[in-house]
Amino acid sequence: MIIFDNVSKKYGGNIGLTRASVHIKKGDFVFLVGPSGAGKTTFIRLILKEIDADSGSITVAGKDITRLSRREIPELRQKIGMVFQDFRLLDKKTVFENVAFAMEVVHKSRKQIKQRVPHVLELVGIADKADRYPHELSAGEQQRVGIARAIVNQPRVLIADEPTGNLDPKTAMEIMNILEKINVRGTTILMVTHAKDIVDRMNKRVVTIEGGRIVRDEQGSYGFMDDFDYDSDEEVDRYVF
Amino acid sequence: MFSRAGYALKQTFSQIWRNKSMYLVSVLAITAMMLILGIFFISFVNVDMFTTTLNKDYNVIQVYLDENNDGAEDKAVEEAILALDGVDKAIYESKADALVKLKQRWGDNAYLLDNLQDNPLPNSYLVYVEDKDAADYVAEAVTEIPGVDDVTYYRDTIEKLSKITRFVETASMIAMIFLIVVSVIIVANTIKLTVHNRAQEIGIMKYLGATDWFVRAPFILGGIVIGLVSSLISTGAIYVIYSKIIGLIQADVIRMLSVELVPADYLVFNLLIMCAALGVGIGTCGSIISIRRFLAK
Ligand SMILES: Nc1ncnc2c1ncn2[C@@H]1O[C@H](COP(=O)(O)OP(=O)(O)OP(=O)(O)O)[C@@H](O)[C@H]1O
Ligand SMILES: [Mg+2]
Repeated sequence: MIIFDNVSKKYGGNIGLTRASVHIKKGDFVFLVGPSGAGKTTFIRLILKEIDADSGSITVAGKDITRLSRREIPELRQKIGMVFQDFRLLDKKTVFENVAFAMEVVHKSRKQIKQRVPHVLELVGIADKADRYPHELSAGEQQRVGIARAIVNQPRVLIADEPTGNLDPKTAMEIMNILEKINVRGTTILMVTHAKDIVDRMNKRVVTIEGGRIVRDEQGSYGFMDDFDYDSDEEVDRYVF
Repeated sequence: MFSRAGYALKQTFSQIWRNKSMYLVSVLAITAMMLILGIFFISFVNVDMFTTTLNKDYNVIQVYLDENNDGAEDKAVEEAILALDGVDKAIYESKADALVKLKQRWGDNAYLLDNLQDNPLPNSYLVYVEDKDAADYVAEAVTEIPGVDDVTYYRDTIEKLSKITRFVETASMIAMIFLIVVSVIIVANTIKLTVHNRAQEIGIMKYLGATDWFVRAPFILGGIVIGLVSSLISTGAIYVIYSKIIGLIQADVIRMLSVELVPADYLVFNLLIMCAALGVGIGTCGSIISIRRFLAK
């Protein structure tokens, strides 16, 4: 679904990403972890073509996006659902309108919107608050709306940049359950997080970036980033519990 | 397709409503611009029309005959005129014909001429010449012919008028460019404010895969609305004022200059088309300028 092949990106002198190669398959649930400034957001912005790679190639849903023209970018983004740490809901719109907005933007009809939105709100468990405004909701509820908006157009991939960053652990786990549910229904998920406990608990594939390089790509736990010798079973025993 | 246009229009009007005072100010400013433009346009068209009318007489020289001439002497003058190089024909206009013409020209004021004891107008020849050079030469030469009293020839007037026309034309152009630039800046600033109010929304729209045109449409339409409303108001005002002016001075203009003012309907219709096109252009440019930055990836 998403293939990075030897992708590098520099911001002037700053390294964003260096020779990164990752293959995320359809239906995968992948955590993208690493210290602050490692290049995680850079990775996501490259997928959305908010920024262009300096070298290497990026394929999204079977299409090489490195040579995409400006006009083709909306089509790419329609295949991707985005969830943000700060939710980014429109405060003058109700829950229903926020989710409907995503459909209006891609020219869906009124009828389609009326059918689809309640269904998605049901899925994320916020159907009873459809007429509320974002400021009348808890953080966890706002993030449910954020997820509903991201999936309402049935994207191939859901990308979440620290979606639980502003939530308490219990609410965070509720959000993770929703994401897992969405994943089970066939949507590929790429989630950036710093939350070690969540990553460990979910037992999914974990891609680790450090200083712009992919330093680890394994199933299971958060792992460690410093001096990690992936070939030694002893080390694994020592670091992974 | 229809619903897309409907959506964009709905967005446009809710946007205008939310920023109504700003939109109103820019409509007023651009209306003022267009009023100035309209005044230039009206002056230009009238002066131009006047010049064209006079230009038709460019090749006519009126040669007035001495009062004391008899028929044979007049005939001799005619022959002398026809003998000059570049003369096409010479048509006799008796003093009686001249008075009838003058009465026509004076229209409602013609009764003033009824009290004349004697017809003070002289007999004359209307001499038609081939071209401008011939006109100069003939006008000069006829004064030498015995029995010729005076000569009128529009050349000087026409040249003065052409100068005025060119001046009005240049001034209109400069004014127009200046006003267009100012108007674009005004619209751009208004739209920029609207864009700012919706910056967060635009950012989200782009993540959701909205096309540039989808994002742009309500702003461009907003700019066009400003331009169109301004053109309607300004043209309407000019129509009213110009009709009044025509009512007041048309008769005098006809008497003094023997031309009519350009009719209000014709002129204002053209002005409306011009202002509307200009308004659409100004609105489009202004809004595209102000939203460009926000559409960068
Ligand atoms: N627009 C930019 N201009 C210059 N440097 C940038 C820019 N964006 C990111 N960088 C640099 O690129 C590197 C990677 O940044 P990135 O935002 O991808 O990190 P991150 O892994 O998302 O970090 P965090 O966990 O703090 O969100 C950092 O060193 C950062 O300073
Ligand atoms: Mg980041």
